[in-house]
Parts: sequence; C-alpha cells; structure tokens
Amino acid sequence: MNAGAFTAQNVQTEPVLSIRNLRVAFGSTRGALVAVDGVDLDVRSGEVLGIAGESGSGKSVTLRAILGLIRAPGQATGQVLWRGKDLMTLPKGELRRVRGGEIGIIFQEPMTALNPVLTVGMQIRENLKEHTTLDAAGREKRAVELMDHVGIPAAKSRLDDYPHQFSGGMRQRAMIAIALASNPKLLLADEPTTALDVTIQDQILKLILRLRSEMNMSVVLVTHDLGVIAQTCDRLAVMYAGRIVETGPVTALFKSPRHAYTLGLLNSVPRGDLVRQPLSSISGQPPLLFQLPPGCAFAPRCRFMTEACNAAKPPLVAIDADHRAACIHHADVAKAS
Amino acid sequence: MTLALPLTKAIIARRPRRRRISFAIGIVLMVAFIVLAIVPGWFAPYDPLAFDYQAIMHPPSWMHPFGTDNFGRDILSRTIWATRIDMQIAIFSTLFPLIFGTFIGALVGYYGGWLDAVFGRMVDLLISFPFLVIVIALIAMLGPVIGLGLKCMYIAVSIVGWVFYAQLMRADVQVQKQSDYAAAARVLGYTEPRIIFRHLLPNAITPIVVYWMTDMALDILLGSSLGYLGLGAQPPTAEWGVIIADGKNFMSTAWWMSVFPGIAIVLAGVGFSLVGDGLADILRRRG
Amino acid sequence: MNAESGALITVAGLEMRFARKRSAADRLAGRPQQIVHALNGVSFAVRRGETLGIVGESGCGKSTLARCLVRLHQPDAGRVDYAGTDVLALEGAARRAYHRRVQMVFQDPYSSLNPRMTVGQTLAEAIRFHKLREGAGVAARVVELLDLVRLPSDSAERYPHEFSGGQRQRIGIARALAVEPECLIADELVSALDVSVQAQVINLLLELQERLHLTVLFIAHDLRLVRHISHRVAVMYLGAIVELAETEILFSRPAHPYTAALLKAAPELDPARRSVVDAVRGELPSPLAVPSGCPFHPRCPYVMERCRVEPPLLTERGLLHIAACHLDRLPS
Repeated sequence: MNAGAFTAQNVQTEPVLSIRNLRVAFGSTRGALVAVDGVDLDVRSGEVLGIAGESGSGKSVTLRAILGLIRAPGQATGQVLWRGKDLMTLPKGELRRVRGGEIGIIFQEPMTALNPVLTVGMQIRENLKEHTTLDAAGREKRAVELMDHVGIPAAKSRLDDYPHQFSGGMRQRAMIAIALASNPKLLLADEPTTALDVTIQDQILKLILRLRSEMNMSVVLVTHDLGVIAQTCDRLAVMYAGRIVETGPVTALFKSPRHAYTLGLLNSVPRGDLVRQPLSSISGQPPLLFQLPPGCAFAPRCRFMTEACNAAKPPLVAIDADHRAACIHHADVAKAS
Repeated sequence: MTLALPLTKAIIARRPRRRRISFAIGIVLMVAFIVLAIVPGWFAPYDPLAFDYQAIMHPPSWMHPFGTDNFGRDILSRTIWATRIDMQIAIFSTLFPLIFGTFIGALVGYYGGWLDAVFGRMVDLLISFPFLVIVIALIAMLGPVIGLGLKCMYIAVSIVGWVFYAQLMRADVQVQKQSDYAAAARVLGYTEPRIIFRHLLPNAITPIVVYWMTDMALDILLGSSLGYLGLGAQPPTAEWGVIIADGKNFMSTAWWMSVFPGIAIVLAGVGFSLVGDGLADILRRRG
Repeated sequence: MNAESGALITVAGLEMRFARKRSAADRLAGRPQQIVHALNGVSFAVRRGETLGIVGESGCGKSTLARCLVRLHQPDAGRVDYAGTDVLALEGAARRAYHRRVQMVFQDPYSSLNPRMTVGQTLAEAIRFHKLREGAGVAARVVELLDLVRLPSDSAERYPHEFSGGQRQRIGIARALAVEPECLIADELVSALDVSVQAQVINLLLELQERLHLTVLFIAHDLRLVRHISHRVAVMYLGAIVELAETEILFSRPAHPYTAALLKAAPELDPARRSVVDAVRGELPSPLAVPSGCPFHPRCPYVMERCRVEPPLLTERGLLHIAACHLDRLPS
C-alpha cells in the first residue's frame, strides 16, 4: 500500500460541511460565557480536517454544536450546512437521522461514550436498525463485518461482550465500528486517541485513515497533539479562546505559520535538536473565558503585539489561496518562522 | 472536558440566589433561638412556672398568644423558656459523638485492616435497631443507677451516637487517603498522626459538619420524644417535648397546648438543616 | 555532562506484586487469585547529577517504580541503595532523613496539593517539620522558594484552587524543593498540562537542575520531552527494563524491538514523513497475565522460538547501553 492512498487525492474543493458564524454561549449570572465566537469552517469531501487548540479553545464545543449536542444552559446559533440542509434549523426527527447516520461521532473516553449495560453487538445493531434498511440477518452479518473491519479479532464472539470487557484500544475500535455502521459520509472525532497509549494511538489513527480512503469519508479530528495533526490531517484550523486564528493546509501551516500562537505552539514542542536547552515557550496561560480582552485574545501573550491589536478582534485574512490567519502582523510572524 | 471548569463556575454562580436565601433564613432562625435560649426573660411575658387559676385552658388571645394550659401557665412563656433546655440538648447530645466519632472514624479510615473489620461489625449491629429503641433501652439501664433526666439522656445518646459520625469520617478519610496530596505528605516524611489529623481530617470534615447540624435537629426531636415518654427532661423542667406531653390529654379541647411547642420544634429543626446545607455549600466551594 | 560518575541510586532486582481482592463468589468458584505483576525484576543505576528518563506505556510499572523509590510502596523483593545505604529497611529518623534527600512531584495538579492549606502553609510545614529554618526564617524561606519557581510572593496567602494547572505544578515543585533534596522524581510532571504551558514547566525544571545540582528521574510517556531533557533513557515494558542507553544512542540506534516500535509509533511533527504501516501489532498485554519468555514476544516482528520460552537478560550492547533481547542487533 503506498502513501498515496492516504493523501488528499480525492478531495474536491466543494465543501460537504459548511459552518458559518457559529456561536455557542453559556449563560451565567456573570454574563454570557462565549465558548465559540463566530467560527467559519469548511470540510471538503474526503479530507481530514484537524482542529487544534488547548483548554478553553472551544474545539470540542464546536464539534458538538455541529450535531446539535449542546444542551441548556448552552445555546448555539449560526449556520451548519450539511449537503444543502442547515442542521441548526432541521426538525428534531430529521436531525436524528443525520446524527449517527450520515454524520458519525466518536469521543475521547469510550468508557463513558459507550453504554455500559448493552453489549457492543447490541449497540452496533441499534445503529444499523436506526440508519439502514437491513433485516435482522443482514444486520447480524454487517455487525460482524464491521468488527472485523476495525481490527477486532474473533469479531463474532466479541459482539456479545460488554464495553468493560474490552481493553482501551479495542473499545475505541468498537466505538468506531458503531459509528461506521450507518456508512457515514462524515466522521467527527473528539480527541479519539488522547487517552490511549502511543502504540495503540498509532494503530487507531492509521485505522481511521484507512477507513477514510475505503469509505470515501471526510473526517474532522479535534486534538491538542501537533504530532497527531502532522501525521493524519490534510488541512488544519487552529483555535484559540473560541475563535479560529489560522487555517490552511497542514504542510503550509507547519512550514510557515502566520499566527503567533501557531508559531509559538510549534516552537514549544521539542524537536530533537538543542537538547537540554530551554524550549521556546509562550508566556502566560490560556485565558479564562470570563476575562477575554476586547481585542485579539492572544495579544497579552504575543511578542508581536502592538496597540492596534487591542482595538478590535482581527478578522481572518487570506495569505494564500487556501491559507488564512487572523493576525494583523502576520508578515512579522512569517519572518520569524 | 476542558470546558468543565468555567462551566461549573457559571453554574455555581447562578445558585447562590436560591441558596443564599435559604441559608439566610436558617441563620435567622438559629440566631433567634440562641437569643431566646440566652435571655428568655426579655421575651417571655409571664413566669413559666406561675399558675394562674383565673386563666385555665384559655385559647390563644392577646393576653396569651399561645394560650394557657390546665394550670393557667402561659404556653408562650413556657415555650420560650424551654428553648434554653432544648438548645442544651442539641449541643450536649452531639458534642461527645462529634468529637469521639470523628477521632475514631479518622483512625479506622486510615488504618483499615482488623480495626475496620471490628468497626464494621459494630456498625452493622447498631443500625439493625431503631435508634430510639436503643436509647430507651440504655436509659432504662442507666436510669436506676444515675437517675432519670437530661444527664441520663446525654449519656445514652452519646454511647451510640458517635458511630454515625465515625462512619462518615471513615468513608471520607478512605477517599482522601488515595489522593496525591496525601501521598506527597508521606513522601515528605510526615508522621502518621500529622497526616491523619492535619491533612486528611480537614478535607473530610464537610459531611461531618452537615451531619452535625442535622443531628442537632434530630436530637431535639429525640429529646422531645423522650420527654414526652417521661424518659428525658423531668418535670418541672420545661422542655418542648414535656410541654407537648402535658397537653396530650387535652388535644381535642385545648389543642394549643401541644401544637405551639410542636411548631417550635419544627422551626428549630428547619433552622439547623438550612444552616447545615449552607455550610456544606461554602465548604465545598473552597475545596 | 559535568557530573561525578558515581551512582547515587542503585536498584537491584525490584519486584512488586499486587493481589487483587477476591470476592466470596470468586472463592466459591475456585478461581485463582489474580495477581498484578507490576515490577518483575528491575535493575538499574542513576548517576549523581544526571537526568534519567523512564518511558513506557500503561502497565509498564514506571509509576510503581517511582513510588517504590520514595517508599510509598514496599516492594516484595529487591534492593534500593541510596549513596550506599539500603533504603528499603529504613525507619524513624533515618527514614525521615532519606525523605529529605529524595522527593517527588506528582502528575495531577488538581489533587496533589492540599485544598485546605494555603501555599504558604504547605511550604512552611515542610520547612518546619524538618527543622530547616525557624521563626522568621521560615517565612523568608517560603518567599525564596516561590521565587525559585517563578511565582509571585503573594501566592503564599492563596489557596491551590486559585491557581492554574501549570502554576500548581510549580507549587508542587516548590514543595519538593522545600526540604532541599538531592534527587527529584518527576512522575508525569507535565502530562496533564496544556502544550504551551508544558514548555514553561520543563524550562523551569532544567534551570533548577542546573542551579541546585539536582539528580532527576523523569518519568513520562512523551518521547519527545524525554529526549529533550534526559542524559540517559530507560524503556520499560510489563514491569521490566528492556533497554537503557544514552539518549541519542537510544533514539538513533535502538537495540530492542519495543524501543524501535515506540519510536516509530510516536507521531512525528513533520507532515511530509508519514507512514502507513502500524508501528506494532497487537494489544498492550495486562500485568495480570505476563507472557512467558520474553514479555514482548507476542507482538515482536522478529520473534523466534527461543523468545517464547527463555526470558532474555539485560546484556551490554555498547558503552553504557544495555538491552534485553535475544537478537544481537536489530535489522535496520
């Protein structure tokens, strides 16, 4: 198998998922806590889009908002266009058909995302029943196929096991099998490998990439691990304090980042040279969502900061055909990287 | 999820409005009762012991807001003066159990092993009986020796009451013992008594405090029940339960003799409970 | 590395087993008692002044090893020598003296500090207990420690919940340094922190090591970090050390198939270099059921018949390089 199968050869530029001006706010007595503040995102057919960010960046909330998984006291507004339909305004019944059907989602902690009192087989069959037209025998056959496909040995007998009887990596595979049961066109993955050991993480990521090619699926992968992004994603959106600060092809962003936060993140990871020398770090810590400054949220920690940065939130400007950054000093950042 | 911390803060920030009100009500009630306990004379219009044959079994009126009993004694004044006794009951019935139970519970929770096994069996034995029944049995045994009365009641309640505090403490200490800061204390070489009492105990104390407040309310009820049965405060000591007992034969003709002291018990219980809840909130927010 | 080459800590044949509690039902059914083999004969030495990295995945025993070294666990067999003294048998004042010399910083910033004590109280207690200062000297030393970890001096009056994760780790470091140790064991020091904060804490650790001449045992699962700050690295698998070498040698010429697999599995930061093949097949076995012979044999791409029956011993592969594998060297 050559590496070509894993690159974005089949990606069309017409997006299958279009998010416009997504805003998620949680009400409180101290005023609204805005977790996601005006996010625009496109996901193209067949690509792996990474969303990178740290605590409070809003990346997980964004993912959940796509499928309408935000509950009170949270409120999501904006537009989420999936194949022409706006998911935010779909009636409940139709949204349920999309959720788990055309769009699948897997989470970080399989132990809490899987129903502990149902066998894995039952959960796969449930999804098949909900989202396909197979009869009982067909469902049974498909369930075994799926378990096999995700690399669970002795698939048939494992169908009758409960989630707690699987190891961490196997549970994650089971969760993927359940999500894939309905042949989704888009897979949302919220930190799917963060809780896994590195050799298992490697297996799961490669599995996701294989499935992406075989099923011609798009994937949105949320993570804080830049290595995972580098190894799996075609394009990347970097989030900070609820906004997208940079987006573009992974190779471009890693080679020449145009936002100080992206630059800082890339620099703060040890690269194997200059051993035992201080790492270049970003001063300060990620902001509390209660105390966001009026201008650019990253300004207090940014070494390229000027007064103009505090005036207003910088919009995303185009650097290249596909590369955009929300920084008024992106040229300076380019010189530094 | 990393959104958890700011979201939790947001939710807690919304609660105080309801919680603060109930906490305030609880404090007001408790303060009122404490004041009445300390200086009943400022509030009671009559001498609680004074008989008044002109005013036997009068219903509530301007002269006697709570009415009078079969001896003409003013119920309001009796109720107010009884506050002192009932507050004493609340404190003295719980003091030994609180201190001793916390101490034993911390040790059992920390050391486990055979100590835990013995303690567990003791708890099993005790909770298989209704609390009131055991206390009555103990009073029956101690009564002839030291005489019936409040002191007897305090001793009887203390003999069994500490177990519940110990149980709570044991559970929480076992949890705290697993935490990293407890491990850090051991790695710093601290002695075990220091770890147990300086580190684990303060972090396990919240359920104890809440339970203490509830226990005080329950012990007032208990004292009143025992007083009603004649096993608690002995006449002529005015205690709410005793006052209710005095009125039990006149329920249909002079309902006010038992109802008003009953309301006092309810209000005292509510006050303690609300304060306990509020304290739990405060302590939890700090930790 | 300008360090005296004498071994500060010598660990020999450390074994630790945890017996899982059996319920009455298990006993009646005659099921054998399940035993977690956390450490299966660990032997190595730490040199004074060096940073030894210890890496491994879940169940490898690295945290158990760390806890044995600070006497949080009492191992079932083996010896730990500190500057020539057997520390596993120490009690009383001698044990307290040992605790002053070897300290630990924990992984979880949210549970490693006592929530009911202010930062100042936590630090002052350590100072006073070991009688390192008295009277007004204590408060002055607290300020010194806070300064050492780059926290403002008014932190002393505040409670842990008022600080961020990275700051809490610094407080944990300050607490460990309060007793003036010679050796610091960092058990997943930065794993629970955001990436941008990790670098700050790592830089602090490097600086403190230089200033205070500390010996550091850095336990982590992040290979990049371990490579950055360690002089030597030990790789653990299912309760034993499978390879130990100087950092660059381990990362460029590993001698054990598991080390090679770990290096391959760790996601590289270069998007141009992507692999399609799984780095290693199979699941992580559980320490409840350690495979026979070489514990890695079920997953090893170079497995031979010998590997299934005979556990390999740690043998020398070069200068200060040991590995436990029946192969003389890995096919490149």
